[in-house]
Amino acid sequence: MNTKSLYQEVILDHNRNPRNYGSLDNANCSAEGHNPLCGDHLNIKLNLSRGYINDIAFQGESCAICKASASMMTANVKGKTQADAETLIQEFRDMTIGKLEPNGNHHLGHLTVFFGVRNLPTRVKCAILPWHTLHAALNSVATISTEAEDDPMHVSIGNA
Amino acid sequence: MKLVEPSLKSLSTSMFNVEHIRADFPILKLKIDGKPLAYLDNAASSQMPQPVIDRMVRYQTTQHANINRAVHYLSETATLEYEKSRHKLKRFINANEDREVIFTSGTTDAINLVAHGYGRKFIGSGDEIILTTLEHHSNIVPWQMLAEENGAKICVVPIDDTGELLIDEYKQLFNKRTKFVGVTHVSNALGTINPIKQMIEFAHARDVPVLVDGAQAAPHMKIDVQDLDCDFYTFSGHKLCGPTGIGILYGKAALLERMQPFKGGGDMIASVTFEKTTYNTIPHKFEAGTPPIAAAIGFGAAVDYLSAVNMSTIATYEHDLITYATEQIRRIPGIRIIGAAAEKVAVLSFSVDRIHPHDIGTLLNQEGIAVRTGHHCAQPVMRHFKVPATTRASFAFYNSMIEVDALISGIQKIQKIFL
Ligand SMILES: Cc1ncc(COP(=O)(O)O)c(C=O)c1O
Repeated sequence: MNTKSLYQEVILDHNRNPRNYGSLDNANCSAEGHNPLCGDHLNIKLNLSRGYINDIAFQGESCAICKASASMMTANVKGKTQADAETLIQEFRDMTIGKLEPNGNHHLGHLTVFFGVRNLPTRVKCAILPWHTLHAALNSVATISTEAEDDPMHVSIGNA
Repeated sequence: MKLVEPSLKSLSTSMFNVEHIRADFPILKLKIDGKPLAYLDNAASSQMPQPVIDRMVRYQTTQHANINRAVHYLSETATLEYEKSRHKLKRFINANEDREVIFTSGTTDAINLVAHGYGRKFIGSGDEIILTTLEHHSNIVPWQMLAEENGAKICVVPIDDTGELLIDEYKQLFNKRTKFVGVTHVSNALGTINPIKQMIEFAHARDVPVLVDGAQAAPHMKIDVQDLDCDFYTFSGHKLCGPTGIGILYGKAALLERMQPFKGGGDMIASVTFEKTTYNTIPHKFEAGTPPIAAAIGFGAAVDYLSAVNMSTIATYEHDLITYATEQIRRIPGIRIIGAAAEKVAVLSFSVDRIHPHDIGTLLNQEGIAVRTGHHCAQPVMRHFKVPATTRASFAFYNSMIEVDALISGIQKIQKIFL
């Protein structure tokens, strides 16, 4: 187990100074994400037009892993197409549950700093919550919970 | 930071040698990531000493068969040992009779038993059940399920900002419709010790029975159910150095006899025909099916162990631990202690400015320190203090002052990382 590699400077920096933090006036999609087990919750608002994420913002209360994940996620998907964002969501999820190796073929870039979370089954949900929520926002689902059976991205962490 | 010399500190608890105690607990020798384990999550579950492990192994290797069923040697031995264990639990809480001690799978199971066996029979539509803000979810949800089913109403005793129950408000909740009180002896999230004797007396003056959730009290102090005069008292084996899957419900015999059974099946019956079943006497009426026999026997060995160490010695030593831990943590800037009741057990719930409990838990784990982070199955408490979660260090008599020091320097190290 190497949690030391998880709390790296990049993650600590995004936690301290989260990018795209706040509300968004011209939002046309949004979703609330909630992890009832630890009380983490966040809200993602975005402006989607002609298949592009023109702007995105998030707000909420969460641990450093969740906040940094949200911050880096918003920075990554801003200006990208909805389809590209969905690819990233899938790849990020696969990486955190051990289905995708960081040195393999993917589009995650710096997001691979979250690689180490796969060794902390209880923290995988913290890292994934923003991505679940983004997925919900892009698909017009108002609220999601990491514990709901109908969570569109429900992840089994059993073998993570 | 210069800390009080641990060895001198522990001398204040006469005759108690924590190193001697620790040697009984094999798991405490573990290293986590190369660091010595500091197990400070005892409110969630405690660790098991060698004599309890040995007792369970001995049962399983030389005494096991099903109980109450056959005439052969092993079945008789197992039945005898199971009943001996019931007797040990009876003595441990000073119940009047063995049959007032029902083996359950734990506290949760026991409360569900009472909600079903007593609640469904004696609490009706419009009747009121008094609970407190300090309850663990397991002393809330069974009553809510009952209320949903039969239209009873739940009234909640509020707390103040130290985490103590407002006893005047408790008294004001009583009226003609009040039919039951459920109260935790000790808050699992904050450590508050509630004035249950006084609360029971008040309820009894109005003919209202009281269930006490003792899950967090029994591990830390001597329990005397006759002195408390509670109607029901319950706790779990796994929080008292025993195994999981076992607990007890103490109930006054007269009450237990009037209650309806909770689960139906073997052992709880006197006779069965398809027309009519007559139930067995207590405690068997409430023990349907084959119980966890090894666990029950292990539980008996665990209370023997605790009694040998001595519950008042444990209480005194743990008081020293929490006093020292509280003094030390107060010196760290940016710490907020959640729960400052005048009377509390060795539970330290706190938050650290700008650092989420989850990050603290993960990073303390890196130092070999096991704490619990989250809402501790007590969301009403969290809501009162307006925090989503806390970090909780909960101590047992086998924890040392050195482990308190490790916790303190662990927190300081995390603060540096997040600077
Ligand atoms: C106060 C209190 N009540 C009830 C319970 C539930 O105990 P169990 O899970 O052993 O049934 C707990 C366990 O955390 C507790 O702390």
